[in-house]
Amino acid sequence: MITTDICIIGAGPVGLFAVFEAGLLKMRCHLVDVLPQIGGQLTEIYPKKPIYDVPGYPKINAGELVENLAKQIDPFKPGFTLGEKVVSVSQVSGGGFVVTTNEETVISCKALVIAGGLGCFEPRKPEIGNLASFEGKGIMYFIKDPEVFRDKRLVITGGGDSALDWTIHLAGVARRLTLIHRNETFRGAPDSAEKVFELARAGKIDLLLSTQLTGVSGNGRLSSVSYIDSQKTVRSIDSDFLVPLFGLSPKLGPIGEWGLALDKNAIPVDTVDYSTNIPGIYAIGDINTYPGKLKLILSGFHEAALMAQSAFRFVYPDQKLSFKYTTVNGVNAF
Amino acid sequence: MITFEVQTPDGQRRTIEVPEEINLSLMEVLRASAYEIEATCGGMALCATCYVEVLEGMERLADRTDVELDMLDTLPSSNARSRLACQIRVTPALENAVLQIGNGS
Repeated sequence: MITTDICIIGAGPVGLFAVFEAGLLKMRCHLVDVLPQIGGQLTEIYPKKPIYDVPGYPKINAGELVENLAKQIDPFKPGFTLGEKVVSVSQVSGGGFVVTTNEETVISCKALVIAGGLGCFEPRKPEIGNLASFEGKGIMYFIKDPEVFRDKRLVITGGGDSALDWTIHLAGVARRLTLIHRNETFRGAPDSAEKVFELARAGKIDLLLSTQLTGVSGNGRLSSVSYIDSQKTVRSIDSDFLVPLFGLSPKLGPIGEWGLALDKNAIPVDTVDYSTNIPGIYAIGDINTYPGKLKLILSGFHEAALMAQSAFRFVYPDQKLSFKYTTVNGVNAF
Repeated sequence: MITFEVQTPDGQRRTIEVPEEINLSLMEVLRASAYEIEATCGGMALCATCYVEVLEGMERLADRTDVELDMLDTLPSSNARSRLACQIRVTPALENAVLQIGNGS
């Protein structure tokens, strides 16, 4: 079990900056994020896009802002659990919370901060009726360990960069790899597309263009994948694995099940300290709502600062908080 | 006024009227009309949460740009009627169009 002062759900810009504000008050933090990397939507959706409204930066790329935030909080040595989704939050009698992820990571904390942005990024799924019954039984949407495909038959569907990149990477790993793409061409990185065409010409992969996935079947475990090809003929191939790669889309996820009040997929908070209806749980950044709420990174930073002042009493109930400027005292790590 | 119709997944159609000088994207108008559209990326054609299908009037709209087509291409399903509402300006070209929302990802 991981023990920390504050557990922060969501490692986007606001969750990251919360580590800094908590750190100034000597509170340690552990961050959990469903994505395998920090930065939230800045890293996942628009890393190369410039942002113009971060004070002090006339223009900064989203990815660079995340790198800078990581540097800024490094002195406070936050813990990270990445690529895991928080599934349950329970209150401990006598104070504090226990947070559990889908991979059974357990985090004990005195205060909980939800900086979940728009919720969990979840994979976009093709509309195939029985898809769910093979999830984890041959169908996966994330590739964590490429070795599971070694000497197996694998079908990848999708035409974006991740479908191309994984096809190139796994061509020599899988016994047989088939890439199914709806269109005739790839709009992803031209270099990657060219490599994929080369692999197909060399007979190292099967490339099915103008082809759409239509069904999956198997007896308890995936054994075959069917599709409709460019000639409008329905065919099927035997396969051990199917990896649909159609990008990620935000969904509220399990946050709705933790006893928190919700208003249209957002958590109402008290603007005095961004506390929720449950004492000890705070919500900051795009996930919260209050009169006049603006979904801006800078608003999230402000919310993080006020949250930390308030969370202090859950972490150090016997101490009195005195506010100090970093310009006077510097950033004193633990 | 610009008048067009919006159809929700339950098949209900509602007429939306906006002033011609509104100068907003269709995504912004749909959000302002209380449709549940996340528009995570805020209108950069990067998240596809404002996905719509143009049931009628597609031919009158400006062509899809490369940025929009790139995003549509990554979705599990998209077709000749697929659009990202954030990439459609609300102009008189939208007059009498019928848009289906809520079938996207």
